[in-house]
Amino acid sequence: MSPGKELIKGFYTENPVFRLMLGLCPVLATSTSVNNGIGMGAATLFVLVCSNVVISLIRKAIPAKIRIPIFIMIIATFVTIVDLVMAGFFPELHESLGIFISLIVVNCIILGRAEAYASKNNVFYAFIDGLGMGLGFTLSMILISSIREILGNGTWLGLEVFGSGYNPVLLMILSPGAFFTIGLLMSFLSWFEGRRSSCVTNF
Amino acid sequence: MINLSPWVIFFASIFTGNILLTYFLGMCSFLSVSRQINTALGLGLAVTFVLTLTAALNHVIYFRLLEPMGLEYLRYIVFIVVIAATVQFIEMVVERYSEALYINLGIFLPLITVNCAILGVSLFMVIRRYTFIQSVFFGAGSGLGWLLAILAMAGIREKLKEERIPSALRGPGIALIITGIMAMAFVGFSGIVQIQ
Repeated sequence: MSPGKELIKGFYTENPVFRLMLGLCPVLATSTSVNNGIGMGAATLFVLVCSNVVISLIRKAIPAKIRIPIFIMIIATFVTIVDLVMAGFFPELHESLGIFISLIVVNCIILGRAEAYASKNNVFYAFIDGLGMGLGFTLSMILISSIREILGNGTWLGLEVFGSGYNPVLLMILSPGAFFTIGLLMSFLSWFEGRRSSCVTNF
Repeated sequence: MINLSPWVIFFASIFTGNILLTYFLGMCSFLSVSRQINTALGLGLAVTFVLTLTAALNHVIYFRLLEPMGLEYLRYIVFIVVIAATVQFIEMVVERYSEALYINLGIFLPLITVNCAILGVSLFMVIRRYTFIQSVFFGAGSGLGWLLAILAMAGIREKLKEERIPSALRGPGIALIITGIMAMAFVGFSGIVQIQ
């Protein structure tokens, strides 16, 4: 187990959004603009790293039977911190992400990593895992929100992409657009994987 | 918010503001448990029940206890503890009194604690400052809306098993695209009644 590999796995082979399919609710809901996507990604990254580290530190003291409530309490504490900090320093972002910042509490990626990784590994690896998974999540958020913002609003991070003549596909900003974007991206990935594995077997 | 009829909230949360298709809450279990109609129905009923109950409980706790004491910032921790305890309690009651119901419903109960629709409804209720009656109707309506969506999805997926789908689209890909089409249909309801 090398630290580099543990860090990289969240980017592609075990990408939380496209591979593990965990925590899809915030991905679908907050990917309407790149700005929101980055904000949500950063908030999740912070909570993931902090909860992984704390859970790993106290993993030997947690009784197995009540571990899930303890994990959720630790996660809820960090979410409260993120919520208050964001409301204080980035009120606009906090407003547009709305309820989804608080819903990080029940985001399955964070609980999933706590259960599957942080409760079994030492602090250093738990930190690396949280960082890798969080970055993988943030990158997926940026990818999805870029597609939706460019097609649905004609802008990227607020910059005009197609010029003023572009007639935006409003559907991409609305809820169906989120499902279509992620569904098609997942299909593309599985097509790509299928091709890659068939190439490997041909050789 | 005070003068909105509970029935308006009830129907609005099923159709125009469907908790799953408009607010994207409860996606994980929606995608993983929508392969068969029976299990989808079981989970949907369990979610509806827990939602109605926790909306009522959390309403009392937040507006009678947390807010008068100035402890609003504790709401995430308190809500999730209430939800986990309710689910655990229901599981114990069902196991004790109805064997058949436990076999059909019991396996889904632990899944519900981390279903974000449950926490989401409690948080929406706080943000929109519903009264007690409105909260109960909102919880029940959201649960039925979720049930409707997962039941429709399970029906479509059962039919899809016999169809020829391009291999890359199989699994989550086609499920998400179908959900998108369903969400488009539900966008058609918007404008009939508005809450928010």
